[in-house]
Amino acid sequence: MTASIATVTPWPVLTILVPLVAALAAVVLGRRGTVVDFVAIPAGLVLALLTAIQARGQGPSFYRLGGWEAPLGVQLRVDGLAAAFLGLTAIVAAAVAAYAAAYFRQPRAETRIGYVFRPLFLLLWGGLNAVFLAGDLFNLYVALELVTLCAIGLVALGGEARAIAAALRYMLFALAGSFAFLTGAVLLYGAHGVLDARLTAAAVQPQAATWAAGALMTVGLIAKTALFPLHAWLPPAHARAPAPASALLSALVVKASFYTLLRLWTEVLGPIGTGGLMTALGLLGAAAVLYGSIAALRQPRLKLIIAYSTIAQLGLMFLAFPLAAGPAAAQPWSEAAWSGAAFQAMAHGLAKAAAFLAAGAILVQVGSDDLAALRGVARRMPISAFAFGLATVSLVGLPPSGGFLAKYLLVSAAAEAGAWGWAAVPLAAGLLSAAYLLRPLGQMILEPEAGPQPTRSPAPFRLQAAALVLALCAILLGVAPLEVYRTLHAGGGG
Amino acid sequence: MTEAPALFGLLGSALVALGLYGLAAAPTLIRRIVGFNVAGSGLFVILGALGARDAAAGPDPVPQALIITGVVVALSATALALAFAVRLAAMGQRADTLETLPEDDR
Repeated sequence: MTASIATVTPWPVLTILVPLVAALAAVVLGRRGTVVDFVAIPAGLVLALLTAIQARGQGPSFYRLGGWEAPLGVQLRVDGLAAAFLGLTAIVAAAVAAYAAAYFRQPRAETRIGYVFRPLFLLLWGGLNAVFLAGDLFNLYVALELVTLCAIGLVALGGEARAIAAALRYMLFALAGSFAFLTGAVLLYGAHGVLDARLTAAAVQPQAATWAAGALMTVGLIAKTALFPLHAWLPPAHARAPAPASALLSALVVKASFYTLLRLWTEVLGPIGTGGLMTALGLLGAAAVLYGSIAALRQPRLKLIIAYSTIAQLGLMFLAFPLAAGPAAAQPWSEAAWSGAAFQAMAHGLAKAAAFLAAGAILVQVGSDDLAALRGVARRMPISAFAFGLATVSLVGLPPSGGFLAKYLLVSAAAEAGAWGWAAVPLAAGLLSAAYLLRPLGQMILEPEAGPQPTRSPAPFRLQAAALVLALCAILLGVAPLEVYRTLHAGGGG
Repeated sequence: MTEAPALFGLLGSALVALGLYGLAAAPTLIRRIVGFNVAGSGLFVILGALGARDAAAGPDPVPQALIITGVVVALSATALALAFAVRLAAMGQRADTLETLPEDDR
């Protein structure tokens, strides 16, 4: 894998800078901050596209920030996986920004929630881009912290006691996780004297300090990704946050720590990964699928169902570890498994964001997200119900959708490896997803009850349209995946 | 008497242990936040001890930069946690323990 120092195009650096500067502008402009959206969102989309084109054409590139060479300087790394996640973040962020402008509209007086959402959202976006582009472990820590703190703020945005309690629980898990990650980074520095990702990969030896560092970082990232058994903070946090915040949290924030974990064990600590540890991660993923799905079957509210579904779908991504990391990295099926996990992350991000946005629109119009209140929604809000249905198609993994492609890649990789246990996990996930997602969907397509309907103002069209656009993107990922696949691999990752 | 870096490393480890115990087992929220800070400080002491090199080269500046960054991050996180605690208190909610935090409907 040849790597070149790219000094010509500034796009990757701008993908981090533009949202951060826009966040500052949003703080200053307040109510007039919609102009920031009009500038930052198209810029973000275009920059993500340009970065993907660069990754596709040049292969992995490394940026020396400030001209300083590693190990003293901080480097950014652009490759196919980073470009794919940057694109996912830009698309979801664009839809959420359009949604939030209508959701938090402030007719007369400025409200806290309307004022605070935009800067937090833009900071989150900038932080996520920094995580995906990070080539240095400490920079990665700072970016993960930025993402975590913004996410915690987004959870507590509503200001109710329950939302703040959910944010506090998330905070305790996330802070413990960050602390573990930082301790691992410190141990790695102590053992090898470098924090740059490439140099660490070259210098790492299977010794006690490195093992301890790897274990600590893994546990910390598992806590942030809400993998079973450290998942308890996710359902209340994602269900209690306002709908656009829930979309960002489930679709993007948990992917940041998963992405870091994937990078950790396929690149940075790759030489010392053992089959046992990778199998343990895969088993936890399978347990997450089971636990999340069964818990989702028992929930009475739509947003809680969608939140538990996140736990289950995240578990599916962890099949990348036994099939593509550690000793499996040299096997021929590792590429398919790695691609499957990446596609699962992207398809889930799009579909889950669409589901949360649709649930938010339904909540605005119907007033409650209890399953009983969803009856007949398809008749009254066809766009939102259709968006939720398309999101279900992708989450269950029916063709043609991004979710189907992801499951297909994972199952075929497991079958090629002869690991029928791992092959059963995506299939079981699909069946269970169908079970818990068809409950609310079935309620929606029932006839509304006879009698006077409660009259509430209909949800703005923009809310429903944003959900539909994201759901269509999730389907599109499965219909036309070739370009994405080529970008994923032409960049040289995996 | 052991060398200074080893002594600082051991002290830092002891602080981390104390802080983690507080984070996990303290009865009130404020004490958990304090425990987090103590553990963070311990980690920074360890990081400082890692920066020791022979006298001719002088101390390694990279851990010092990492410590400064870590202090800022820990400060921000502490401020956020305390803001939540104050807000909950202002609303009349007991936030002494996680058990008394308002629960979600299940």
